[in-house]
Amino acid sequence: MFGLEKKDLNLLIIVALLTMLAPFILNPFPTDSALAQFNAGYPDLMQRFVIYGIFAIGFNILFGLTGYLSFGHAAFLGVGSYSAVWMFKLLSMNVLPALVLSVIIAGAFSWLIGFISLRRTGIYFSILTLAFAQMSFALAYSVLTPITNGETGLQITLDDPRILGMSATADGSIPVTNIFGLEMRAATDLVIGPWSFTFSVGYYLCALVMLVAFYLSIRIFRSPFGMMLRAIKSNQTRMNYTGLNPKPYTLAAFVISGMYAGLAGGLLACMDPLAGAERMQWTASGEVVLMTILGGAGTLIGPVLGAGMIKYFENIFSKINEATLHSWFDVLPDPMENGLVWVLEHFVGAGWHLTLGVIFMLVVTFLPGGLVEGGQRIGRLFNRTKAAKDDESAATKPAE
Amino acid sequence: MDAILLQIFNGLDKGSAYALIALGLTLIFGTLGVVNFAHGALFMIGAFCSVTLQRLLTLSHETLDPTKLDFLGNPSKIKTPYIVEWFGADAGNTIIDWSVPLAILFAIPIMLAIGYVMERGLIKHFYKRPHADQILVTFGLAIVLQELVKHYYGANPIQTPAPDALSGVMQILPGVVYPAWRVVYFCFSLAIIGGVFAFLQFTTFGMVVRAGMADRETVGLLGIDIDRRFTLMFGIAASVAGLAGVMYGPINAPNYHMGMDFLVLSFVVVVVGGMGSLPGAVLAGFLLGILESFASMREIITLIPGINQIIIYLVAIVILLVRPRGLMGRKGVME
Amino acid sequence: MSKNNLTRRGVLKSGAGIGAGVALPTIFTASSAGAFTNEPTGNTVTLGFNVPQSGPYADEGADELRAYELAVEHLNGGGDGGMLNTFSSKVLDGTGILGKKVEYVTGDTQTKSDAARASAQSMIQKDGAIMITGGSSSGVAVAVQGLCQEAGVIFMAGLTHSNDTTGKDKKANGFRHFFNAYMSAAALAPVLKNLYGDDRKAYHLTADYTWGWTQQESIAAATEAMGWETVNNVLTPLAQTDFSSYIAPVLDSGADVLVLNHYGGNMVNSLTNAVQFGLRNKQVNGKNFEIVVPLFSRLMARGAGENIKGIVGSTNWHWSLQDEGSKAFVKSFGTKYGFPPSQAAHTCYVQTLLYADAVTRAKSFNPCDVVAALEGFEFDGMGNGPTLYRAEDHQCFKDVLVVKGKENPTSEFDLLEVVEVTPAAQVTYPADHPMFAGGNLGTCNPGA
Repeated sequence: MFGLEKKDLNLLIIVALLTMLAPFILNPFPTDSALAQFNAGYPDLMQRFVIYGIFAIGFNILFGLTGYLSFGHAAFLGVGSYSAVWMFKLLSMNVLPALVLSVIIAGAFSWLIGFISLRRTGIYFSILTLAFAQMSFALAYSVLTPITNGETGLQITLDDPRILGMSATADGSIPVTNIFGLEMRAATDLVIGPWSFTFSVGYYLCALVMLVAFYLSIRIFRSPFGMMLRAIKSNQTRMNYTGLNPKPYTLAAFVISGMYAGLAGGLLACMDPLAGAERMQWTASGEVVLMTILGGAGTLIGPVLGAGMIKYFENIFSKINEATLHSWFDVLPDPMENGLVWVLEHFVGAGWHLTLGVIFMLVVTFLPGGLVEGGQRIGRLFNRTKAAKDDESAATKPAE
Repeated sequence: MDAILLQIFNGLDKGSAYALIALGLTLIFGTLGVVNFAHGALFMIGAFCSVTLQRLLTLSHETLDPTKLDFLGNPSKIKTPYIVEWFGADAGNTIIDWSVPLAILFAIPIMLAIGYVMERGLIKHFYKRPHADQILVTFGLAIVLQELVKHYYGANPIQTPAPDALSGVMQILPGVVYPAWRVVYFCFSLAIIGGVFAFLQFTTFGMVVRAGMADRETVGLLGIDIDRRFTLMFGIAASVAGLAGVMYGPINAPNYHMGMDFLVLSFVVVVVGGMGSLPGAVLAGFLLGILESFASMREIITLIPGINQIIIYLVAIVILLVRPRGLMGRKGVME
Repeated sequence: MSKNNLTRRGVLKSGAGIGAGVALPTIFTASSAGAFTNEPTGNTVTLGFNVPQSGPYADEGADELRAYELAVEHLNGGGDGGMLNTFSSKVLDGTGILGKKVEYVTGDTQTKSDAARASAQSMIQKDGAIMITGGSSSGVAVAVQGLCQEAGVIFMAGLTHSNDTTGKDKKANGFRHFFNAYMSAAALAPVLKNLYGDDRKAYHLTADYTWGWTQQESIAAATEAMGWETVNNVLTPLAQTDFSSYIAPVLDSGADVLVLNHYGGNMVNSLTNAVQFGLRNKQVNGKNFEIVVPLFSRLMARGAGENIKGIVGSTNWHWSLQDEGSKAFVKSFGTKYGFPPSQAAHTCYVQTLLYADAVTRAKSFNPCDVVAALEGFEFDGMGNGPTLYRAEDHQCFKDVLVVKGKENPTSEFDLLEVVEVTPAAQVTYPADHPMFAGGNLGTCNPGA
């Protein structure tokens, strides 16, 4: 179905189930329990998971397949966000035109940068993309403030024209992003016993977009075009000798991944209509590189896992504070409680960066293929004990 | 005219910091083939070596002075550094005053040790791995080092002042004054750069290392333990970054994220200089430093608004488009 | 290529599953009960403290967090009560807010508007926070204020100094206790005139982003009004660490005052560099060369070390103030943590108490009732003298401190001395002042 092989279809179905049921899966702990701190099933974070997933999937089409390591992809994310917010300001609060524009603008922008940067390979290419992105960031933060609103970030205001919509609602508020009237922030809670699950329109829109993006990425991976991209990675010279010019293929991959980034940026703005310049900073570009490598570059699902992991740490671990720790270990005798809290507080709250750094090192040292390899190892273990068929369940098989 | 002269000095000064960091980065890359994202962190640790030494030297004996009250109304504490108690006020205070230059001696063994441990404990396992993995592991290491420093020293900058004798301005040409410590920094970095080049050029050890950089396998086949030498080179590269950090302290107060601030810039410098080329890295460092200084002049900013924000990256793009392998890059290295 | 041909039954099943997934949000209509966002229903109420815990302002963030913890302790009846005893409004009695025990959640803004909004969102959506407060930069404050307006919770700004926060980006649900760039300028100008005369040539170095520009504009306007000349204004990139190439041209520009419109790490570095170039010991036009740092903070002053001595600037509050409110606050903070609080800590502590007080007076957590209770509220005993929360722009009007780096500090905290307390009347401006124009409070949004 969908022109996919069985293995890929299974993967797509699993991903679809996981994203659709995410509000349940990510909220495993009862709301009032101490472990509720680890619940990630609230709309904002779930949206971020899938949006950064899209970003990383797109990045992986370039990096995972062609091996070209771009250090400037955040620029396309930022451009996508700015385009979307401008659409909200000028046209209407409907997200569709905003998304379309952000993909188009990001595509054009990435074509321009790709056209220039792809004249070089290897680290020279990386630095060229980095330089373009840093220039975009610096200008967006300062000189281009009339377009980007600089430090504060571009926001929608009460006196924007919005020619197809309204500048302000009847009660004097800023209208909300919607898709044909269905508000992005509309949500509903399902309470089952002590558990509470939130379903929001915004999340499901993002999730559907991500599924489409994921499906397209599978198709690209399995297509002759994807094959060509892999050929570029393994041996460009040989490709030249066979009479093929790799440049159009790499440029196409670059533009596609730029459009993915633009789409992610547009979605970020749809969920929360603000576009900040920091989205284009090198740290943001570095983040998507880290997400992809952490998850497993060149694999289909890896980048999404990497994105989820980094965002989880950023949003969940950073919010655990000393008081929370004390409440967890209340039952222990005082010296033990204090000792444990003293050790753990290095790694949570203000120390969440430390945990992230340690995890980067551990994963890359012990799981050379990223999180996906971890999954495979567990899978193999599982298969050996069950003595079942070994190849079919490896849904997360790397592309190479 | 003076204005232009001053900007050249500023550029040389900034350039010497860029060049020192880029030099170490290229050394590690050239010898070990490792992309070291933790190099900025090494620079930061160097700077914090001098903060640590300053703290050690000013470890104080606390006495209560009942005649004075602190902000809560309790008797205030008078701190007397032990070193002042031991050596007397004059000698003690002089030692504290000269803590930054002293930190050079303090930092060299520490940085060598850190370099050794890093290479043997971690980097060694990543020689055969893809560059992407090296980036991830060294970036992780950089975060860990930075967070540890933040935990113990806080996020605010900590002043490590230059000795009194060198903290003023200096007449360098008739009518032109320039901060003394910046002159010191420039001379210091020239000495270090010269030292590294001389070491590689004129010692047998250096010769073997250069041979190893060019063709590691052949050198290995000749029965030379090239790995051990490369470990030492990693230590040297770490020390160069660390010393750059120690001496940078009086120019700008060290803070825990100064390494990250320099990391991206130093990569740009290395690549503009050309991968695998030590002279290229130094040349690019000074070039970008000087261009950055000129771009921040009012006349230029008025002409092209915002140019000071992007000059380094703009120059990098132009150079890389005109010269495919940077200024002096070797063919086939990380292309 | 083996295509997977699903059976008709399988297609129907998966189709139904996806269909249900799409339709889910519409099956359940509207959301759970509650007249406004996160109405506290149990016996506790949750506040969200959103402060920078990583990045260059992490130390300020840590100090803000200490102040919040102290405020919560006092609201819940712990400790010595701090400013509750000196606050002119007496409705808070140490039993939490409206009898509900105060709990809190914390988050990291990373001093990035994106991360700050993500953190605030999680407090609102996951933890049920009824009020968000904190922050250490104007970009973040404006971004989070916008979010709180949309979500329907109250935002009590932390340290934010840009005119825009209560100017063109003001929001009905947002309140600022901290002073702003205009007030700094209005307070500084007369003092500068007394100290340095009315015939000065000023050279501005300005951080090239919104806050820097508004501050430069304010200072230039105020100093020009008293006769100073602005020789030059050079914009410096935010990421700049070495300011030598910006300082060197000052030497022969003919200027005799350098105004550093920088904050945080930028300020520490530019000031250090300026002192390195010998500007402090220079004579120009027959006068001593002077450096002015319009926005001071003691934490930053500590980072600048010796260089801060004799430099004039303004600050929202300083621990050495001798009024009853300040003394009470310094005493409880100092006793708990061992060092005096910063101005960031002070404004955050006060904002928390003001919110609790407004809720108690309004007898409701509904944001719209709280807004009404805060608008036009006059109070005293919080360390800044009689203060007004102006209804038109939700800005506090109070005395502003002009301070100077102390020549002979007696301790590591004793870095600034108060030169003058500029009365509130002198820094008050009309709500439609051109520097604050272009904004619209809108109407309060209770959400839900």
